[in-house]
Amino acid sequence: MNGADTTFVLVSAFLVMVMTPGLAFFYGGMVRVKSALNMLMMSFISLAIVSVLWVLYGYSLAFGPDTGGVIGNLDFIGLKGISPESLTEKGGIPVFAFVLFQMMFAIITPALMSGALADRVKFSAWAVFLTLWVTIVYFPVAHWVWAEGGWLYELEVIDFAGGTAVHINAGIGALAAVLVVGKRIGFKKDPMRPHSLPLVMLGAALLWFGWFGFNAGSALAADGTAANMALNTQLATGAAMLGWLIYERVRHGAFTTLGAASGAVAGLVAITPSGAAVNAMGALLIGVVAGAVCSWAVSIKYKLGFDDSLDVVGVHLVGGVIGTLLVGFLAVDGVGGLTQFGKQALGAFSVMAFSFVVSWLLAKLVQATIGFRADPDDEAAGVDQAFHAETAYDFSAVGGSSLRERGGPSATPGAALDETLTATGSDRHHDSKVEA
Amino acid sequence: MKLITAVIKPYQLDEVKEALRAFGVQGLTVTEASGYGRQRGHTEVYRGAEYTVDLVPKVRIEVLAEDEDAEQLLEIVVKAARTGKIGDGKAWMVPVETAVRVRTGERGPDAL
Repeated sequence: MNGADTTFVLVSAFLVMVMTPGLAFFYGGMVRVKSALNMLMMSFISLAIVSVLWVLYGYSLAFGPDTGGVIGNLDFIGLKGISPESLTEKGGIPVFAFVLFQMMFAIITPALMSGALADRVKFSAWAVFLTLWVTIVYFPVAHWVWAEGGWLYELEVIDFAGGTAVHINAGIGALAAVLVVGKRIGFKKDPMRPHSLPLVMLGAALLWFGWFGFNAGSALAADGTAANMALNTQLATGAAMLGWLIYERVRHGAFTTLGAASGAVAGLVAITPSGAAVNAMGALLIGVVAGAVCSWAVSIKYKLGFDDSLDVVGVHLVGGVIGTLLVGFLAVDGVGGLTQFGKQALGAFSVMAFSFVVSWLLAKLVQATIGFRADPDDEAAGVDQAFHAETAYDFSAVGGSSLRERGGPSATPGAALDETLTATGSDRHHDSKVEA
Repeated sequence: MKLITAVIKPYQLDEVKEALRAFGVQGLTVTEASGYGRQRGHTEVYRGAEYTVDLVPKVRIEVLAEDEDAEQLLEIVVKAARTGKIGDGKAWMVPVETAVRVRTGERGPDAL
């Protein structure tokens, strides 16, 4: 067993774990006050659900022995046959370290889609959709791209840390889900300003930090590839932030905070598939292109009229495609060229086609059975109250709230207290009569 | 008795407060307000989506005055709130029937 590599992969797994809370804050700050908690929860719930699914059957489907190039088999169901002594064939690190590292990828990928569905879906429906999606879309695609025998892996498509498997996959899946779920009430009419840009910045910072584990950790070894990837991650992210800000300053007249955070994420996305195969100049180019193009791409939704609320398509799909395609040309050591570009395009577009169709069907299935969309009244009042029975911030000292007594009249959390109010009202009425 | 109300720029609040204190005014109520007049709002941009924010933040101050002090107090408020730029706000004065100090029940000028 290689101790240095094992340490590196374990620490990388911990770093990738913090990306999901980072994403929660990145998205959570961008929504309006009334659905801030829901947005946080849509990401956090993935930590719970996918952790469980991953050891039950996810790891086996993604990384079990190959079946026809498309999916793993069920040999490792419940992590059967893997012990602390089991080592990976290539790297000589404990299989458990690899299982944990890859688990974090499976967790964040469906969570990425949540931003597109902000403010308007039932929390239970989201949990069901997430479960179905990660099972039927993510586990197979992760197998295609990363597992020995997977058809894109064998084709030598470059996807070092998940531009295709994670970002293109989630971006196009989000688009499909948005087309099924529909626009938020008031889309393009009401102001939908971010309620807390400092939270967005904090989330972007956590994502950026965690992304070193995501990208460099994907080397699965503490070596030069990991170092190159870590360096290129930083370079592309910085360049992308500049690209976004410059485009924005020219087009809209200001260097926005949200633009800086978004540009950074676009750069991180674009360098994810490509960072290990390019040099520093390549990384800078990928970054600046991703920043500027994504900055433009987030406006497409207004023209086409689909409510990708927090720009999962504009940042993750577009950024993922940019990184995946550009590396076809920019890859060093004689790999880059038209042939490699063709492979990259084939990989990206196959995943897009598969993920779009299946995600659309899954969203339709959820919509037709339990209903995906929240009740319009709940959406208007805010999904935080409807599904979580909480409010993100207590703004007022004069809240008009009181503690409910235990054993008192029961009410569904979040539901209006009509019954209680009526009862109190009639008592009062009765009292006043006695006095009269 | 008179009630003087002024809607002013938030940054002028301290000036007004100081000027009133110097005159001997004992108390003042301040409310955060927003509104629009000749001063236009501003534009905000979020990922290219531009929003016009029409309502400008202001503070609303209310002070009760005895009839003989009222004119002078109104002048003091207006002078302290003035920057000379657009958006300085408005001040007005209305008659008040009576006022009661909640703690003691004193009425009229004694309640001020």
